[in-house]
Amino acid sequence: MPEMNTSSLPDLIFTILFFFMMVTTMREVTLKVKFDKPVGTQLEKLARKSCTSFIYVGKPTEALRSQFGTGTRIQLNDKYAEPAEVYDYVRAERSNLGESDQPFFTVSLKCDHETPMGIITDVKQVLRKAYALKIVYSANKKETE
Amino acid sequence: MAKKKRKMPGLNTSSTADISFMLLIFFLVTTSMDTDQGLGRTLPRPPEDEDQNNEIKVKERNILNIRINKDNYLMIGDDYVTVADVKERAKVFIQNKDNKPNLPEVQMKNIEGIGQYPVTVNHVISVQTDRGTSYGVYFQVQDALVSAYNELRDELAKEKFHVSYAQCTKKEQEAIRKVYPQKISEAEPKKYGQAQ
Repeated sequence: MPEMNTSSLPDLIFTILFFFMMVTTMREVTLKVKFDKPVGTQLEKLARKSCTSFIYVGKPTEALRSQFGTGTRIQLNDKYAEPAEVYDYVRAERSNLGESDQPFFTVSLKCDHETPMGIITDVKQVLRKAYALKIVYSANKKETE
Repeated sequence: MAKKKRKMPGLNTSSTADISFMLLIFFLVTTSMDTDQGLGRTLPRPPEDEDQNNEIKVKERNILNIRINKDNYLMIGDDYVTVADVKERAKVFIQNKDNKPNLPEVQMKNIEGIGQYPVTVNHVISVQTDRGTSYGVYFQVQDALVSAYNELRDELAKEKFHVSYAQCTKKEQEAIRKVYPQKISEAEPKKYGQAQ
């Protein structure tokens, strides 16, 4: 039996590789909070991911609970933060963008659905002060039956 | 004596597949295909002066107040409602079909592509929450409000252009958005029933 010609196999794999490189993005932060995003039906896709910064709000992950307790926390980059620190974070993130991208700067709030609104309101007030007025409430699409 | 041309042996490429597999797996692990979706909102500008109370006065009939308390109970105006009712209430409010005096003012407006159409120009929907309200409920209310707007826009698109809103051209969509502009207020936080 003649051997199968596998010379095109690498090309195939490379194609898949390139596909994945295009559609995915580098995972930038390790999540320290656990969040179940709320579900919605009227969601829009994020237009420019490169102009978006993320703020995570939720309870610490299981592994970190013994250390940090179970209170709701805000995560910026790799560490927990207080609402007031959001200001500096947002300013820094925005100045990292090019000048032409700055008007499109968006903050995506990834929050657990059980988070009390008080924290989110605090964050929103800080965002207003920092003139980061475009926000997105991140959510999951509701499965339609 | 002509030497027989020596044939170059092919380079063994059987391991290229393995190498590219490794790369593929590396990318699968380090990247995330997390397509972020959500509801976009624009926050109002911060008040110029901290002490200045620059709340814009809006006529009472033009505001739809949605309040959510710390136990996640909902109120629209003076009625207790559930999340499921929000969409219908919002639709009635935004449209004010019969020009009722307790619903927002209707003005005839000339809109390019549609012509004269009654628009509730000054309506505002305001969602107020307590500090203890859960974000999930707040989000569902927001979602219901957006779906109210989307349904109204879809109905208008079907009526005027005989296609759904998503299938309309950019210009038509813009005209429809002028009839039903999304006016959801990101209200200033207020504290209810809290001794200060």
